[in-house]
Amino acid sequence: MSAAPQTRERPSLRRLAGDSPAAVLTLVFIGIFIGTDIVNRAQGGGAFLTLKQISTTFLFAAVLGLMAAGQTLVMLTGGVDLSVATTATAGAFAVSRFGTEGSAKAILIALVIGLAIGLVNGIGVALFRVNALIMTLGISTITLGLLTVQAQKQFTSLVPNFVVTLGSGRVLTYIPYDLFVWVPIAALIILGLRYSGIGRMIYAVGDNPVASRLAGVRTWQVLLFVYAICGLLSAAAGILLVGFNNAADLGIAAPFLLPSVAAVVIGGTSIFGGLGGYAGTILGALILTVLDSLLTILNASQAVRQIIYGLIVLALAAIYARATAAE
Amino acid sequence: MTSTTAVAVERRGGLARFVRRHGWTVGIYVLLFALTLFWRSQTTVKWGPFDVQSLVIDALPLCFAACAQSIVIISGGIDLSVGSMMSLANVVSAKYMLHMSFDEAILFSLAVVAGAAFVGAITGLTIVVTRVADIIVTLAMLFVLGGLALAVLQVPGGGAPVRFQGLVSVDTVLTQWFPAALLILFGSFAVLWLTVRRTRPGLALYAAGSNRSAAYLAGVNVKRSRVLAYAYSGAFAALGGLAFTAASGLGDPNAGGIYTLNSVAAAVLGGVSLLGGVGGLIGPIAAAFVLTLVKTLMILRGVDQNYAQVIQGALIVLVVMVGGLAIRQKGKGS
Repeated sequence: MSAAPQTRERPSLRRLAGDSPAAVLTLVFIGIFIGTDIVNRAQGGGAFLTLKQISTTFLFAAVLGLMAAGQTLVMLTGGVDLSVATTATAGAFAVSRFGTEGSAKAILIALVIGLAIGLVNGIGVALFRVNALIMTLGISTITLGLLTVQAQKQFTSLVPNFVVTLGSGRVLTYIPYDLFVWVPIAALIILGLRYSGIGRMIYAVGDNPVASRLAGVRTWQVLLFVYAICGLLSAAAGILLVGFNNAADLGIAAPFLLPSVAAVVIGGTSIFGGLGGYAGTILGALILTVLDSLLTILNASQAVRQIIYGLIVLALAAIYARATAAE
Repeated sequence: MTSTTAVAVERRGGLARFVRRHGWTVGIYVLLFALTLFWRSQTTVKWGPFDVQSLVIDALPLCFAACAQSIVIISGGIDLSVGSMMSLANVVSAKYMLHMSFDEAILFSLAVVAGAAFVGAITGLTIVVTRVADIIVTLAMLFVLGGLALAVLQVPGGGAPVRFQGLVSVDTVLTQWFPAALLILFGSFAVLWLTVRRTRPGLALYAAGSNRSAAYLAGVNVKRSRVLAYAYSGAFAALGGLAFTAASGLGDPNAGGIYTLNSVAAAVLGGVSLLGGVGGLIGPIAAAFVLTLVKTLMILRGVDQNYAQVIQGALIVLVVMVGGLAIRQKGKGS
């Protein structure tokens, strides 16, 4: 008798988190933002909760958001792509390498390289059934080696003005230009996952590959598509990143690898596939970006950041695992 | 009369069984032998014990990493934190061993291995308690342990007693052709693994990796086996990090970076199935030598070091691809 109210109360809390994870994540985002504001004021840095900072948060989050977009699609199929950071680096490097030949050509080359890397990943995973983890990690190693060889050659590196504006400029004082890249892509992914045939198939393949194959889904096409798009989006993220940094080096995107997985996990997409969506990932990317600002304000070293990111991923994955196990 | 024929048949069956079961491992050793002969024909100066020593020094960290990874894969998981664990053991040992005597350094090494086994057990415990996928937990640990390594030592530095370094780099046993490093490798293999392989916990490890629910129904404590596997992984990874300290005399927070992928490659090339429950450590150790030798050969032939990395990466992907195809063929056959 006495246990009854307890059991009734717990599921209701859980149900709120389960039914509208976006609402909970938005609350977390706002909470962290206010927390950062308090910390910043306490350290004598003034207010953080300003229009300017909100705009900056979105500006920063676009790179992570795009990388995590590809990661979301891949993870929805039950895989993982550990080459996103290297692919972004390749995109960034290509832009600065071919910057002297005009921004359109540089961007195009970067995107083609990203697509190519994604296709190779896709071929390995979809056709040869290589473990996604090993395939993408191996391709990442190969790409980084090739980039290192290329970087040692002589060339004039230049980031075109257009890319710089795209990656770091703002219109009407507060609206970052990179949102014009991120928002349409985000809308396309969210709507595409919900309403398009390929979108539904991504969920189907992730949920039960055997059943979806028996139902007539060409699993390999879906996987190939997903990895190719992931490569493309990672390269796009690299373009924005090099525009923001105004120079490319071979470690430019490396710090984004774990956050790209973390953003997806925070957003509620299951690592086993078939569950989740991009809306949660966007909030995950925003939360991580504010958290990063908070850690910067607190003067945390790279070491501390890595540890904290790792622990956050662990804690959240554990919470989600518990929530889904309870259902 | 009849009994002798029966024994003979049984023996022949045993041999066939041995070849069937260990064909892959034997193949790897043949490949290693062939590669060594090729290597010998390629060197311009006289090939001698010094070359063997340098190969063993190069390969030792990867051998330990391969052992670490193999045990976890056999138990049905995967450990992406192997590289970071090696970095952590490397920087911790290099930082604190700098002014130690040889004896203290050895004791400290044992402590590092024990500590790493403990951390590995915690990783395993996190996996079985939270039921989060191995990949996510060990990926998170890759960053947590990497961060800890960076916190211990931000830039390469530290050191180790000269005699401690000598253990891996110059010491030999009995003849010049037998580096002490090999003895250390086989010694730790025997002490850590051979003592457990055929016992109840060792077999449980294979059972858990082969078919988790069947193992559970058969009364195997699956959770304990998986935690044990990760503890082993930690211990072997720490040995790899210590080998790195002794070989280079330096602590480097990024030392383990490439070993996560390479350890998986060595495990697969060594006959460990990514599906779990199949393989041992003897194959992966040879595979680690093969992978190191391939890189040595490429550098010997004047290939740019970075291209060597590219080719090695491509080789690894290829190995895993072929391994995947083999699994599919097997699946079709049965």
